Amino acid sequence: MTDTAVPLALRPLETLGRRTADVVTSLGRFGTFLAVAVAALVTPPFKLWAFLSRIVFIGYRSLLIIILTGAFTGMVLGLQIFLTLSRFGSEAFLGPAVALSLIRELGPVLAALMVTGRAGSALTAELGIMRITEQIDALTVMALNPMRYLVAPSVLAGVVAFPLMTAIFDVVGIFGGYLVGVELLGLSQGTYFGEMQTFVDMTDVMLGFWKSVSFGVIVTWVCTYKGFNVGHGAEGVARATTQAVVLSSVLILVWDYFFGSVWR
Amino acid sequence: MITVEGLEKSFGRQAVLRGIDLEMPTGSITVIIGRSGGGKSVFLKHLLGLVRPDAGRVLVDGVEITGLRGAALDAIRRRYGVVFQGGALFDSMTCLENVAFPLREKFRLPRPEVGKRVEAALAQVGLEGMGGKYPAEISGGMRKRVAIARALVIEPEIVFFDEPTTGLDPILVNTIHRLIQDLHRRFRFTAVMVSHEIPEIFEIADRVAMLHEGRIVEVGPPMAIQQSETRVVRQFIRGEPDTAEVS
Repeated sequence: MTDTAVPLALRPLETLGRRTADVVTSLGRFGTFLAVAVAALVTPPFKLWAFLSRIVFIGYRSLLIIILTGAFTGMVLGLQIFLTLSRFGSEAFLGPAVALSLIRELGPVLAALMVTGRAGSALTAELGIMRITEQIDALTVMALNPMRYLVAPSVLAGVVAFPLMTAIFDVVGIFGGYLVGVELLGLSQGTYFGEMQTFVDMTDVMLGFWKSVSFGVIVTWVCTYKGFNVGHGAEGVARATTQAVVLSSVLILVWDYFFGSVWR
Repeated sequence: MITVEGLEKSFGRQAVLRGIDLEMPTGSITVIIGRSGGGKSVFLKHLLGLVRPDAGRVLVDGVEITGLRGAALDAIRRRYGVVFQGGALFDSMTCLENVAFPLREKFRLPRPEVGKRVEAALAQVGLEGMGGKYPAEISGGMRKRVAIARALVIEPEIVFFDEPTTGLDPILVNTIHRLIQDLHRRFRFTAVMVSHEIPEIFEIADRVAMLHEGRIVEVGPPMAIQQSETRVVRQFIRGEPDTAEVS
């Protein structure tokens, strides 16, 4: 049907309908993309080497940025929480406050945001360039499933690497808080760690763990999808990379809220 | 034999292919010529099963591939070798790994057999001893030759060349054409080539088809195409400027 066939008064409705249909179609493609990746993941042949190289790409190469941001996040927390608690004479709770903030919330979220910025963007750009230089088409016409070689190993690597990165972020952050609270501001070491053991339990650790696992899926899913469905040329790759980082970051924060609301 | 019947494809409101009928005989080299943006690459993608047509069908030895998916389509693709326009070599692999890739992944051959066949394939395209280099470390002409070696190492029945000489100097164009001709004589594969290289292409083609504005306007042996009286064919072969575009 051509545009002229639609009466003028109904055009906005038609536009709204078309946009809605586009959004629903995109969401359908987005969901199918993950389903196909999971199917490739659980059926042989398994691409162990591709998975290991993705672990290096997503995890190992993000280590420095994770350690750096983890340390300073812990130090900032140590300082600010100590100053706040000292108003109430409750400095003894610095350890658990730092640990709970990191383990339940900041560790998974900030680690995921950092890995998105470093590895997620690179993942989208790499797949985008493979798409525009026909490397993905080359795999397809070789009768080899590009989802199995390029997407499934990345998603699995995200599920494995994100919790590991989060654990490192948490541990480094706790020691960052220790450095400020104990070494600089004079809280006793026993109080810092002792109270931590009293107030932090396995539920908190598992909350952080499952959050990081879900972030691993979200980031690799979004970034590989955007890279796989890139537009034309360098501009298309640049746009896809920006969209992947922005969408991943927003989804991390939105999902974090809802996940935290349901699992307390 | 590859047979195309009534192939139509539009992207949005732009009709790219408007009913193509063409036969590409087994064991011959069929070259598709035509102006840039005329739909040649889209046509090739239909033959590869990368794009689905709006209407019409593609048959490979009588098997319609337009409706095939998954394993059934892969079974047809196992008979294919493809040389993409830019080579489409995997950046993260050396030339040797690129050529070995389809043998390892597609046919799961033992390592010594793979090594032997890769060395032979690289030697055939004149790149002995270059296998250790990455695609970014070699020239455009070498990349095309590695891409040809990767396409032919699996000894395919049908080989598609998407503008295999674009961007190369005239000497390299003739080198690549001669290489394709030699390999075709040796292996007798069915070749489908998209090319702009006029008049060089007439030396290696068995049949030439001219694609213009989404339709095949002329098809036949190279001599017949060269002597064609059809205006657009004559204009393309002689490289006459489009007066409408100039003015």
